[in-house]
Amino acid sequence: MSNEADTTTRTRLPLRVFSARAVWQSGTSAPAASLALAVLVLLAWQYLPPMFGVPKYIIPRVSDLWNEMIRMWFQENLLRHFISTASMSILGFVLGGLLGAVAGYALGLLPTWEKVLSPYILALQIAPKVAFAPLFILWFGYNAWPKLIVTVLVVFFPILVNVLQAMRIMDRDLINLARAYNMSKTKIFLKVMLPYSMPNLLAGLRIGATLAVIGITVGELVGGEIGLGYLISFGQGQANTSMVFDAIGLLTVIGVIMYWAVTSVENRILHYLPRAVGAQRSP
Amino acid sequence: MFLYEQDPPVPSAKSNVLRFLDVARRFPGRTAGAPPFTAVRDLSFEVNESEFVSIVGPSGCGKSTLLNMIAGLDRPSEGTVSLHGVEVVGPNSSVGFMLQKDLLLPWRTVLHNVEFGLEARNMEAGARRERALQELKRCRITEFADRYPYQISGGQRQRAALARTLAIDPDVVLLDEPFSALDAQTKLILQKSFAGTIAVAGLTTLLITHDLSEAVAMSDRILVMSDGPGRIVDEIEVGLPDRDNPIARLAMPRATEIVKHLFHALHIDNRLDA
Repeated sequence: MSNEADTTTRTRLPLRVFSARAVWQSGTSAPAASLALAVLVLLAWQYLPPMFGVPKYIIPRVSDLWNEMIRMWFQENLLRHFISTASMSILGFVLGGLLGAVAGYALGLLPTWEKVLSPYILALQIAPKVAFAPLFILWFGYNAWPKLIVTVLVVFFPILVNVLQAMRIMDRDLINLARAYNMSKTKIFLKVMLPYSMPNLLAGLRIGATLAVIGITVGELVGGEIGLGYLISFGQGQANTSMVFDAIGLLTVIGVIMYWAVTSVENRILHYLPRAVGAQRSP
Repeated sequence: MFLYEQDPPVPSAKSNVLRFLDVARRFPGRTAGAPPFTAVRDLSFEVNESEFVSIVGPSGCGKSTLLNMIAGLDRPSEGTVSLHGVEVVGPNSSVGFMLQKDLLLPWRTVLHNVEFGLEARNMEAGARRERALQELKRCRITEFADRYPYQISGGQRQRAALARTLAIDPDVVLLDEPFSALDAQTKLILQKSFAGTIAVAGLTTLLITHDLSEAVAMSDRILVMSDGPGRIVDEIEVGLPDRDNPIARLAMPRATEIVKHLFHALHIDNRLDA
């Protein structure tokens, strides 16, 4: 009996050493550490600037940001601005994503056209799309179109390029296999090409999700009377630093939610990839 | 045609399934004005019902060209390729081919991969599934039916690929070095597994390989191809028992002799470049 107990304690000792590491790796303590870091930063933000005599209009404290948020909610119709920016971002993302994917598949299936168009695609890809915003305002006026078009353009290219890349590196033997089975072209596209390009399409969408918020924000900054971008430029005019900070924070929230939505769809679709099982689900 | 009358008649009780008649395939030169590149020429051979024929040859002798022409993915510049007496003019579902790469679709389970070839036909989903399960059983991978390709080993993946190839009930099975990416042990086990499945099903098979002992261990007949432009330079009747058990076959002294003969036929001993 005593001998048995002895061996259990002996084996338990190294187990405990390992368990700390196991907890760390299992992913429960990493989020806890992230949270602790956030609390630390917020505390430092609240108390350090006043200690060094930094005025509020340069760096407002966390409590100022909170108070401003409440004020904006009741006095500036914050919800309306937030919903406008969020819905326009999503709309721009969906439209840009659809157009980008369609163009990517079309060019992937038509290599001659791709060769003809590729220098222009490259040029447009490099051109800073947000710089077109004033131009679109000149063309379409102060309404929703300029920001929407900017967003569609911004989202369009990474998705186009990603899909095109997948179509270029497509395994020809897979296509040949399907051809040897006498599959129709439509079936080959739906059953081989489309799923094959899925990882690239989703990677493009992931980038697009974050870019969509940038597109909308620039559009709202340049000309508009609604949206978080408008609140930023309004706040800047009033020297209301808290307002600017709050609006930036909310824009980030929109971006994060969109990014998260795409990643969770991605994880669901790409479950068959070995890396998607452990690596991507942990954060 | 006259040649056949003069030659002693070949005793072929079984009808031939696959037939190459004076086939040549040329590709246009790389640059404009360059002479066309001849991949294969003067190819004439037959593969009979339920026969297992191997083609060996140095790399670049046009083996893949030959395979594509049978699968209907490519057409000869001269001569004809025919299956059951019908000229091959395009992809047709009576040929099953399998490569060194398993070509399993990573987003499909093993079962759905086996169903892939059947999806080109107008087949009811239930019947398709039943057919695929039957094939999985024959290739002994039923237990992995619901796994994704990344979850199974290289040997299991090749067995799944064979199941997919056989699911369409091909008249002829083309194997393009299906074992060459595997480790030595898995290779032997898989060769035995394939040989057993093929023998039981009585499949007409054409195996393309670099591995001389593999050719001897598995086939009834071996065709030796030369390189640039590829043509058949030798033909060997293996004439050994135990076609369904390559490992037993390799232990026979006659097998070693044939391998040695092939070795010389391909001039491997005095080739410097590979």
